[in-house]
Amino acid sequence: MLEDLFKMVTARWGGDDDDNSPPVPQTALFKCPRCSGSCDNEALERNMWVCPECGYHSRISAADRLAITCDSGSFMEYDKDMAGQNPIDFPDYEDKIRSLQEKTGLTEAVITGECTIHGEKCIIGVMDSHFMMASMGSVVGEKITRAFERAAEKRLPLILFTASGGARMQEGLVSLMQMAKTSGAAARLAQAGGLYITVLTDPTTGGVTASFASLGDIIIAEPKVLVGFAGRRVIEGTIRQRLPEDFQSAEFLQENGFVDMICERRNMRRTLAHLIRLHRPGQRMGGET
Amino acid sequence: MAEENTVPKEQLTPFERLEIIRNKNRPTIRDYIPMIFTDFYEMHGDRLFGDDGAVLGGIGRFKNMPVTVIAEVKGRDIYENKSANFAMPHPEGYRKAIRLARQAEKFHRPVICFIDTPGAFCGVEAEKRGQGEAIARSLAEFMTLRTPVISVVLGEGGSGGALALGVCDELAMLENAIYSVISPRGFASILWRDASREKEACNIMKITAADAVHLGVAERIIAEPPGGAHNDPETTAENISEFLANSLNNKIGKDIDVLLNGRYNKFRKIGAFTE
Repeated sequence: MLEDLFKMVTARWGGDDDDNSPPVPQTALFKCPRCSGSCDNEALERNMWVCPECGYHSRISAADRLAITCDSGSFMEYDKDMAGQNPIDFPDYEDKIRSLQEKTGLTEAVITGECTIHGEKCIIGVMDSHFMMASMGSVVGEKITRAFERAAEKRLPLILFTASGGARMQEGLVSLMQMAKTSGAAARLAQAGGLYITVLTDPTTGGVTASFASLGDIIIAEPKVLVGFAGRRVIEGTIRQRLPEDFQSAEFLQENGFVDMICERRNMRRTLAHLIRLHRPGQRMGGET
Repeated sequence: MAEENTVPKEQLTPFERLEIIRNKNRPTIRDYIPMIFTDFYEMHGDRLFGDDGAVLGGIGRFKNMPVTVIAEVKGRDIYENKSANFAMPHPEGYRKAIRLARQAEKFHRPVICFIDTPGAFCGVEAEKRGQGEAIARSLAEFMTLRTPVISVVLGEGGSGGALALGVCDELAMLENAIYSVISPRGFASILWRDASREKEACNIMKITAADAVHLGVAERIIAEPPGGAHNDPETTAENISEFLANSLNNKIGKDIDVLLNGRYNKFRKIGAFTE
């Protein structure tokens, strides 16, 4: 799995010339795509998969995210068996899904459920970029929509960790409509007075940025992650110029007014729990926190 | 309405339709407005940053009833295209749309949207001003807008930039219009890293009006004259008017919460999965 992570981050951030660099040992090293520093995987894991050199918050699996976010043993998964179909009869799409399911152990690109965080009950959704770059097809759209609807019904806060390459091309127009579906569900939760927190993780782009990821009451981002609407190469093609390194980073978004706070991974649990507590109804002056 | 309004009259390949909507004489919203609306006044600006020439908004009358019109603008020549940025909106375009939609709600006017864009603009300034947030907000606002919303795809319905004006109670497509998750060119370039395979992309993407009806995205197909709308803009405008009149008749006076539930459920049920 971590090998895929290597490949993906290397593909994204350029990395070295693939042909000339020595092969990365299968087991040991994590090489940071941002600072090129390296450390062994155990040290990386102990550091919550944050590069000890530069603080890059690397991409992690949904399972790892849940493990470092939820109180131990508190997570109960929703819609565990929901799996995709092939709405526009796209050639080989089913095979691609099946092989990814075998490779990743995931049924689709998002896991949703209920958990507690420092004792605070909430609904949580985590997208996993290892499954087709967590692009949004029918299953992602439906699970996210149900998470919004359940949050409204159960009067629970909703926390979504977003990561996505955008729309799922293989589902065509059906994929596009998931943007309307999820945003509509977010709007209904807002009308019902529910708290919705988005945590933008690496990378959050395209149709997910242009739908539910941008609609949080509170928008948190992990440091240095990529967040944007259009792809960097598309924009570079339009303007025929190289873009600066920090373009579409969490920090860039905050500077432009689209992110409330940047929160390090090691502080995320505590921050989320505090924010949920701040929104608990009926709190008075002099009362308990 | 008659069943034939959900099937195209002419049998053409998706790529042939793409060629028709790319015809430089294809009528744009600026051609249609005087043929469909009276007393039309264009309104400018999002009250936040600026005025986007790619999105036109205004108030006018449709068969004497006041309506709000919001439309993406294709240029008819290089000058119009320059000011309309080839129909690719910036965030302020979507924010103008939201402002005028909320104004329509306040004054109990229906909103009529016309979609005609290759997609939202991809550029540095658009990112800085929150292209993603602007589209997302538009989707959420239109979903909760307490007045009827009807949308018509005139030519190109490209990606989230099109959908931002497509959250509605009823969507119609002109017979040769397309609606897609990304432009066929972009699709070929992402999936096969070869933009020249556009024609092939067209044929597998399911982008025609009939496809959109089949997928539950569009409710009606508006007939075009043989060969395409440019061969007879007046007749096309009459066909659009006929659709709008029928659609508005069905929506106006309906309980607004029933309408809003219908709008939500229209999108809610789109998706293919097993469990």
